[in-house]
Amino acid sequence: MSDTQAVPAPRGLLPGAAAGLRRPTLRRSALPPKLRRFLSPLVLVLLWQAASMAGLIAPRTLAAPTAILASAWELTLSGELPSHLLVSLGRVLSGLGIGLSAGIALALVAGLSKLGEEIVDAPMQMLRTMPFLALVPLFILWFGIGETPKIALVALGAAFPVYLTLFSGIRGVEPKLVEAGRIFGLDRRGLIRHVILPGALPSALVGLRYALGSAWLSLVIAEQINATAGIGFLVNDAREFLRTDVIVVGLLVYALLGLGADALVRLVERRALAWRPSLVKE
Amino acid sequence: MAPQNNNAAPLRVRNLTRRFGENTVLHGLDLDLAPGSFTALLGRSGSGKSTLLRTLAELDPAPEGARLELPRPVAVAFQEPRLLPWKTVWQNVSLGLPGRDARPRAEAALEEVGLSHRVEAWPATLSGGEAQRTALARALVRSPRLLLLDEPFAALDALTRIRMHALVLELWRRHGPTTLIVTHDVDEAVLLADRVLVLEHGRIAEDVAVELPRPRRHADPGFAALRRRLLEALGVSLEEAA
Repeated sequence: MSDTQAVPAPRGLLPGAAAGLRRPTLRRSALPPKLRRFLSPLVLVLLWQAASMAGLIAPRTLAAPTAILASAWELTLSGELPSHLLVSLGRVLSGLGIGLSAGIALALVAGLSKLGEEIVDAPMQMLRTMPFLALVPLFILWFGIGETPKIALVALGAAFPVYLTLFSGIRGVEPKLVEAGRIFGLDRRGLIRHVILPGALPSALVGLRYALGSAWLSLVIAEQINATAGIGFLVNDAREFLRTDVIVVGLLVYALLGLGADALVRLVERRALAWRPSLVKE
Repeated sequence: MAPQNNNAAPLRVRNLTRRFGENTVLHGLDLDLAPGSFTALLGRSGSGKSTLLRTLAELDPAPEGARLELPRPVAVAFQEPRLLPWKTVWQNVSLGLPGRDARPRAEAALEEVGLSHRVEAWPATLSGGEAQRTALARALVRSPRLLLLDEPFAALDALTRIRMHALVLELWRRHGPTTLIVTHDVDEAVLLADRVLVLEHGRIAEDVAVELPRPRRHADPGFAALRRRLLEALGVSLEEAA
């Protein structure tokens, strides 16, 4: 809570500074600062609405905000949006499951053993320089145009960020801490469990956030491949009929899913990294 | 309370040579420490004192040709406390302890160093002195027969250091491990130890018994004489030191 009116400036002390502190409360306190941030986007949407109503923006270029809201409501009520959403979520979840498991497993192998690093790391570092979305044509040849190439693409998008950050996190653990652990009687397993993995966790969670972002991006691309269901299909289908309102609804759903995923990782971070100085002080 | 440590063993090192490439850091070094004694090891930077300590802690493998008889278990406190930031104070202290009574043992050790109130704290919230006390508790809780201190107070402010000196002496008196403190601070060495060694060019160049009664004060005439002698052994004249 930051209600600026609640704390009156002390009288008599530094009158100039006190007046300076109080000034903003007079004009702007009608809205709390958090809401104030939404003011300018809101004005933009209102301008957009006004321009649409005045006929300055044709519906086939961009539908009016009210039209978008109306079709979002309609699509939700008809069950169309939820069912497509479930299909897309299913793709992301299975792709993430595969990609994260593979990325974590490879990073553990490469991070925890010299031999593993020699075998795994070089090819991974080479592959990561390639924009993985360029693999779409090959994936279609290998996996056809069904669900498999879509899930594979999401998995690939998620695997690399997690691999890279977990591997470098493991290698970046302070050697002095490992040494201390060794002196105080930890064996290799104990070191991995108590020192190396917890030390690599902050980096790995950053990777997880990247992986989620990358997974959404992969989903959007994957759903352009001859999809018969999913948010991507909804958007493509709408394009055929010049339904810009439905297209924007699809975009909004993608955006909301991405935001939700990010919030989820932040929550995990707050719990798992409670020891970090930045969080400790809160 | 950690159990009384009555069976301190002697430490014996023979013919310890350690090279890093062309550079010979320790040069056929012999060292004997009496059971339960408190020894300080002085030396300029690069004199090999950290290398010696790492060998005694078995952080580096014993080089060929050397014979080592080391009391075990060993515990080390480093200049940086080296606490795991993702473990609370008591978890750090009980790190690697076997058995189910790890927590009560950790709490007892923390009580001894005066940190009963920070048992559940994260290391990031500790002051420098508190972190170093935690490191001492972590060393103590293992009932070490050999306690190695690697410039443990170098990073602390002067007032905290005075308190830590008193604490270390108290813990040493109570538990009696054979103790070796590596330091570059002549005053600290004379204040704490029964015996001060000066390491130079990988050999022990000076071996001085400190027979001043405790508690020792800088103002004691004996203190000043010892201090002068050790500074000279380190190649520092009194004009420079003043």
